[in-house]
Amino acid sequence: MSYTLPKILEKRGLPGLLILAFVILVFVPLTMDVDGINLTGRFLSFAFVAVGLSLAWGYGGMLSLGQGLFFGIGGYAMAMYLKLEASTPEATRIQSTPGIPDFMDWNQITALPWFWVPFNSLTFTVLAILILPALVAALIGFALFTRRVTGVFFAIITQALVTIATILVIGQQGYTGGVNGITDLRTLKGWDIHSDSALVTLYYVNGVLLLAVIALGMWVLSTKYGRILMATRDQENRIRFSGYNVAYFKVFIFALSAFMSGIGGAMFTLQVGFMSPSIIGIIPSIEFVIFAAVGGRLSLLGAVYGTLLVTYARNLFAEAYPELWLFLIGGIFIAVVMFAPYGLAGLYEKYVKRRWNAFLASRGWKRPNGSDDDALKSQLMDAKPASEASK
Amino acid sequence: MAIAAMQGFAGLSFFSVLLLMALGLAIIFGQMRVINMAHGEFMVIGAYTTYMLSVQASGMAPWASEYYILLAIPAAFLTAFIAGMVIEVVMIRHLYHRPLDTLLATWGLALIMQQGFRTFFGAREVSPSTPSWLEGSWRPTDMIDIPLNGMAIMLLTLLVTLGVVWLMYRSRWGLRVRATMASRDMSMAVGINTRWVDRLTFALGCGLAGIAGAAFTMISSTGPTSGTLYIVDTFLVVVFGGAGSITGTVVSAFLIAQGQSILEFFLGSSMAKVTTLLVIIGILMLRPEGLFKSKVRR
Repeated sequence: MSYTLPKILEKRGLPGLLILAFVILVFVPLTMDVDGINLTGRFLSFAFVAVGLSLAWGYGGMLSLGQGLFFGIGGYAMAMYLKLEASTPEATRIQSTPGIPDFMDWNQITALPWFWVPFNSLTFTVLAILILPALVAALIGFALFTRRVTGVFFAIITQALVTIATILVIGQQGYTGGVNGITDLRTLKGWDIHSDSALVTLYYVNGVLLLAVIALGMWVLSTKYGRILMATRDQENRIRFSGYNVAYFKVFIFALSAFMSGIGGAMFTLQVGFMSPSIIGIIPSIEFVIFAAVGGRLSLLGAVYGTLLVTYARNLFAEAYPELWLFLIGGIFIAVVMFAPYGLAGLYEKYVKRRWNAFLASRGWKRPNGSDDDALKSQLMDAKPASEASK
Repeated sequence: MAIAAMQGFAGLSFFSVLLLMALGLAIIFGQMRVINMAHGEFMVIGAYTTYMLSVQASGMAPWASEYYILLAIPAAFLTAFIAGMVIEVVMIRHLYHRPLDTLLATWGLALIMQQGFRTFFGAREVSPSTPSWLEGSWRPTDMIDIPLNGMAIMLLTLLVTLGVVWLMYRSRWGLRVRATMASRDMSMAVGINTRWVDRLTFALGCGLAGIAGAAFTMISSTGPTSGTLYIVDTFLVVVFGGAGSITGTVVSAFLIAQGQSILEFFLGSSMAKVTTLLVIIGILMLRPEGLFKSKVRR
């Protein structure tokens, strides 16, 4: 099964990416008002994480329950910069120490901590958003994968890491804003991020970045590297015995997924105007996995649709029937895992694509059973996920 | 000295609940390789069972509310045991060949169970009445003050641990469980009904979580989300101890609980927790198989 995967991938992608681009860049802005656009933009910032998880978990077999950590690093880096910009000495005149963020003043801190100082610079902040999550992930990945920590153990350790991060953020109120997080973010280089035009602009920036990230992911998967990655997921030892250093491949993809999550976090902060530990904890981190699972763990595009579907459903239900929401999301999750392990993308391949091809064939417009790739793809989607226990 | 003794004892109470939780998980995760994220919710089932019995008992007769706890412990075990068996039949048995997926599916289950608790028992935290013979404390000297309920939990933990060790390593049934987990095909060939072994093993792990819940009510109040607070700790205990080793689970629960409560004295609770978790992860990076390596060849 493993050797058929790369073949499938080469043909997949471009049309789907164009459709997604149409949905994000044309359909949503035309049909929604500013609030709706902003809401969708927020949801799409979660999709960065889901796309990263699809790479790391679906293709790399590394289930990370700690993606909130990287989302948080990106988000907090952005929030720190914006907070410093909002805390000019004039704006914070009434504090006992003007010029530092308000929550520091409330916690009797009188000088800006050293790790906040570089965030005065936008260049540094952007670099931090792009590099820091990937760097942290690379360090974690290096430590774990070279020791051959895999599967379940990896999942539990990443979950513990995100727990640590949340406890630290909540515990160190004076440096991080504690439970409330970093709030009251208003401007970026003097540009009001809450104005309607800014919200729409940010939405487009977010959308284009998301599409770029997906294209990057597709490209990585289409290279030889991507094939080795998938082969590693299915038969790690065979790849190791073929002379590849498996650990480095895994470190790279894990860092790539963290890189994506970091961008998502920064875009989230910009569009929402705050960052708090409730967005990065254990539960949100598992929700990211839910998004990827609902979309289909083997589909980068599906991850986006999965994110939109679940977050919109939550938006609808959590307001109207808060008691039913957890039943619903829990039920969806169990159903997806048990009956549709490849999520929406899998269902699409299995029911829509196959029927469509049969229809085309019946009209004599296409060879029966579609092309080789289509046949392989549907064969793949019928197969059960690779047995992890057999390793 | 007196402070050290009391802090040490606080660690021991924490150790007891952690160990009770972890024993169930050590069986489910260590033996069966199923990751039960809803383990904390099974604990909450036990806690709510205890609470309901306490309400019933105090409504019945004053003497009943003194001794309900003796009935509550087996009742909590039984409720969680039956719930576990149902879940195994409906859900888990379809997922044995996909361990990571059991993690996701049981997380969905945990969400449903939490909301279920909230719907039936309300979002408010509840706590059963403590029998008067468990209140108060034992004072060997004027300075040291050891609560009786903590000692009761420790006694319970000791009994349960011995029971589990006997069951897993000294009984015929434990032999069948270990045989099944070591080599399923061979076990089936010699006539072990592996279906039932799976079912009972999973249910037993859940039942142990139920006992942990009954113990939990003695030291803390129960809310719908009480279970999630412990799940990360419990998993780390099992992984740190070396999955599949009961000795390892006991040792690691002891180290983690004591380490945390000693550090708490110096660093405050949040930093103590962070430090403990970091140390565990650090050790796991150096020794991924945990403290006590399981000797089963896989």
